[in-house]
Amino acid sequence: RTHRPALPGAAPAMNCRAEVLEVSVEGRQVEEAMLAVLHTVLLHRSTGKFHYKKEGTYSIGTVGTQDVDCDFIDFAYVRVSSEELDRALRKAVGEFKDALRNSGSDGMGQISLEFYQKKKSRWPFSDECIPWELWTIKVNVVNLANEQERQICREKVGEKLCEKIINIVEVMNRHEYLPKMPTQSEVDNVFDTSLKDVQPYLYKISYQITDSLGTSVTTTMRRLIKDTLAL
Amino acid sequence: MDTDLSSQDRKDLDKFIKFFALKTVQVIVQARLGEKICTRSSSSPTGSDWFNLAIKDIPEVTHEAKKALAGQLPAVGRSMCVEISLKTSEGDSMELEIWCLEMNEKCDKEIKVSYTVYNRLSLLLKSLLAITRVTPAYRLSRKQGHEYVILYRIYFGEVQLSGLGEGFQTVRVGTVGTPVGTITLSCAYRINLAFMSTRQFERTPPIMGIIIDHFVDRPYPSSSPMHPCNYRAGEDNGAVYPSVEDSQEVCTTSFSTSPPSQYVFTVTKAHFQTPPPVVTDTLKVPVMGLAFSHQPAALGVGSADTGYPVLFAGGLNAAHPHQLIGPGKEGGVPPIPSQPAHGTQADQERMCTPLDGVHYSAATPSSSEDTETVSNSSEGKCGSPRDLLETIFIRKVGAFVNKPINQVTMANLDIPFAMFAPKNVELEDNDPMVNPPDSPDTESPLQGSLHSEGSSGSSTGNTHDDFVMIDFKPAFSKDDILPMDLGTFYREFQNPPQLSSLSIDIGAQSMAEDLAEGCCRMLAMAVIQTPKTNCTSDVSNLVAS
Repeated sequence: RTHRPALPGAAPAMNCRAEVLEVSVEGRQVEEAMLAVLHTVLLHRSTGKFHYKKEGTYSIGTVGTQDVDCDFIDFAYVRVSSEELDRALRKAVGEFKDALRNSGSDGMGQISLEFYQKKKSRWPFSDECIPWELWTIKVNVVNLANEQERQICREKVGEKLCEKIINIVEVMNRHEYLPKMPTQSEVDNVFDTSLKDVQPYLYKISYQITDSLGTSVTTTMRRLIKDTLAL
Repeated sequence: MDTDLSSQDRKDLDKFIKFFALKTVQVIVQARLGEKICTRSSSSPTGSDWFNLAIKDIPEVTHEAKKALAGQLPAVGRSMCVEISLKTSEGDSMELEIWCLEMNEKCDKEIKVSYTVYNRLSLLLKSLLAITRVTPAYRLSRKQGHEYVILYRIYFGEVQLSGLGEGFQTVRVGTVGTPVGTITLSCAYRINLAFMSTRQFERTPPIMGIIIDHFVDRPYPSSSPMHPCNYRAGEDNGAVYPSVEDSQEVCTTSFSTSPPSQYVFTVTKAHFQTPPPVVTDTLKVPVMGLAFSHQPAALGVGSADTGYPVLFAGGLNAAHPHQLIGPGKEGGVPPIPSQPAHGTQADQERMCTPLDGVHYSAATPSSSEDTETVSNSSEGKCGSPRDLLETIFIRKVGAFVNKPINQVTMANLDIPFAMFAPKNVELEDNDPMVNPPDSPDTESPLQGSLHSEGSSGSSTGNTHDDFVMIDFKPAFSKDDILPMDLGTFYREFQNPPQLSSLSIDIGAQSMAEDLAEGCCRMLAMAVIQTPKTNCTSDVSNLVAS
């Protein structure tokens, strides 16, 4: 029943769990809506920092949480208390929002959060990144004509995000495949250990903008974690 | 059944489940306090943070949870339930949510207790943190204090969902399989009120904010934006709840030790039926909040249904920042937890004297201090019904009352939660800030008091719309008998002649603007009609831009 990561050389993402969420938002709501979803996922996919001790045991640090109120949406969510993580997500979401705005598209795009494991290969092969969970948020930006519509949109998007949070929690609760807890030498293949206060699973964020012709332009974000490509 | 489980594992599992239950209660109650929660991550394990999550332990909440559990653990047929309910200023209460921690018989023998179960319980707590923000009661609880409070109650045993009304919805937070059964955490919530109340209470804060900013140091109602979380580093134990100390907006809930009496209930009920004054509502908020807290017992809800308000006394005391009222199981009001060490102690003691009789005293120095304490500090507000009674007798339907067009309010039709019914249109029409009240044609406000008593008792003024001037006790008032500068200033501020002169200025200004606009237009037309002049292109460029 448990998923296993694909073997090197096999088609990627064969056993990767994929979830898709869709939201329709006003332009100024894009950032907050994306942050709400991404932070909720990362809340469940982050642990405290590991401290390895002798004999292969380890202790785990403490994850703090905090409430975030949205300004443009009648909504609040909980995120991990980590400024570094928040900054990283805001950067990614900011770029996505700018791309959406500047692309001249009809306001459709998607942002993806992928959790992966690294599989070290011998030289000259580079390390493989094997995704084990992929979250995709499809965004449709709407334009509203007047203040009354905006007010309704605030509430409606808030309600929609509540549904998305419930969906995310449902997926998390399935207790499906999670990477095995790594030994000290393997920890960087499973977790992002670059943050000083929390330890999310290795992740990367990418986005696509659908331009008005319907074609997708993919942009993979510059890695938000320290680049560890084997070289 | 648990021969497969080593005794150490069994002990561990029981401990995990027990602390999981306690942390579950903490997360739920803290999510209904009405304020933003913030805890810090720590890379070094402290050893005291269960499930590797920084969840503060409010001592009273832990105490109540332990009391409810009475040494037992959730098991089949024995669920731990946290009931969240709402209580209005009129004394009506309503269940909003029931959070259930249950155990079913489905066992997972293979699972590793010390590792997998522990981590999954941690994940489940994170899910609980997320889900507690998305049910309708969250937004209601963020706006509490003004016209209602949120209460919690913990019980152990059979889940009772009948109080949630028809059509309640359920959301599952998650499950964790263990060798002795599967733990499930879910929430059943009422849905038929959230819509109205969220809209309803959206509108009241701005009115308060406009007036209060002039007169008090900080706005009172907890429905104004929350302070950002203020986590103090270096907390050494779980006894301190940092965010409460800085949360000045939280309505206080200290109570007198007097047993609730029928008389108290009647009086306060009448009090709330009177149209509250717009300006002093905020000053009275703490007092009203206190009145709420008496209601559970006074209403005769029954010992099984007594609820504990979730609000805290802000900044009360570093050691005991939270005083939750708790009508005890027997229906009485328990003694107040230890008093703060601040200077308000003297005041507090006075305010917390038992209700041995109703004191119909007029404005006295003591009452003014009470209310000053109440309104100025967020500390140690202890509500005795005496304060409320004094309030009533000082209160006047004074010179600036908007002659109510619609004398009947929903609040006076005996509909429970009538205040939740949409009254949006009336709010706007009768808002004195929008439509200034008529000029006073009566004598001084003092004289009006006699009439007000009669009318306030049966008054049907619109609770939100009448502009009632109260010679209450403006926060900085030094003179107890006569209204001081502040009150006078306030009345002048509301004086229609000022407004009308202001409107003349506005009218003049807009006339000037109209003229200017007209001139521009005429100029443009003149220019267009003489295309041959040299300056045309420049001007028309200007006009076009």
